[in-house]
Amino acid sequence: MPAAGVVMIVAVVLIVAALVYFLVATIFALQKITKGLDDAISGVVGIIEKSAPVNDVVATINQNLDAGVDLLEGLLVKKAGMADAVGLVDGLYPGAAAQGFRNFPESRTVTAPRISEVYTRGTLTLARLGREAPIAAASPAGPALRNPAYGSRAARALYPGGRPTAPEPLPRSPIIGTESPVQYPEGSNGADSGAV
Amino acid sequence: MTLEWIGDVVLLVVLLPVVVYLLRGVLNAARSITPSVEQIASAAQAGSRDLDSAALLATTQEQVIKTIESAANYGGSLDVILDDA
Repeated sequence: MPAAGVVMIVAVVLIVAALVYFLVATIFALQKITKGLDDAISGVVGIIEKSAPVNDVVATINQNLDAGVDLLEGLLVKKAGMADAVGLVDGLYPGAAAQGFRNFPESRTVTAPRISEVYTRGTLTLARLGREAPIAAASPAGPALRNPAYGSRAARALYPGGRPTAPEPLPRSPIIGTESPVQYPEGSNGADSGAV
Repeated sequence: MTLEWIGDVVLLVVLLPVVVYLLRGVLNAARSITPSVEQIASAAQAGSRDLDSAALLATTQEQVIKTIESAANYGGSLDVILDDA
């Protein structure tokens, strides 16, 4: 065989060897890519499956919360009146009066009284929820017990004998109901059961 | 004879380097994809793990319903107890 033929065979063998080496290495790299993509697909499928019910659940939660907001807004406006309700909410959440109540568009135009500057938050809560609160004893018939201009002096007037440290323990509330140890007959002691 | 030598030279000097260059490019590209795919896979797995707590939304939903029901009952009582403005 001539020398040129031998050299050609060697060259072809070298080329084939290079092809085999690089193509096999490429195949291994592509196999790793395939495995990684399989893992990624399984993770994405997990995300899809786990997030599928989120929309319905969140929509239901929002629906219930909307109902709660409607209920509380309506109750607050009904009991406190529009102006005081807006003032109360604005006192608790400054700036909320500008947004107004969701179900009461006219609340946006109400000039909110600066309740938080007149009464403290705790006093407000007591005044609205319990008529026994000291601030409610003179309200709403009388003037405000605290004057915003002379707030500290008015506040001291609430407790002229000194601020009480702790209330006396009250007797426990009676147990009521059909299984209570003491049964009160209907209408006893002049009770008006019709108002309950 | 001369043409055969010329062909050998072309094979060894031109064709073989070109083949090696092209194949190495393909291999490097394939190898550069691998880390990215592995990162994507790990991110997807982590995202899937993060959503494990999504099932707790059902509990949140029940709690919200109970809370609103309690608030409605409480509001109804307040509506009876307190005078309207």
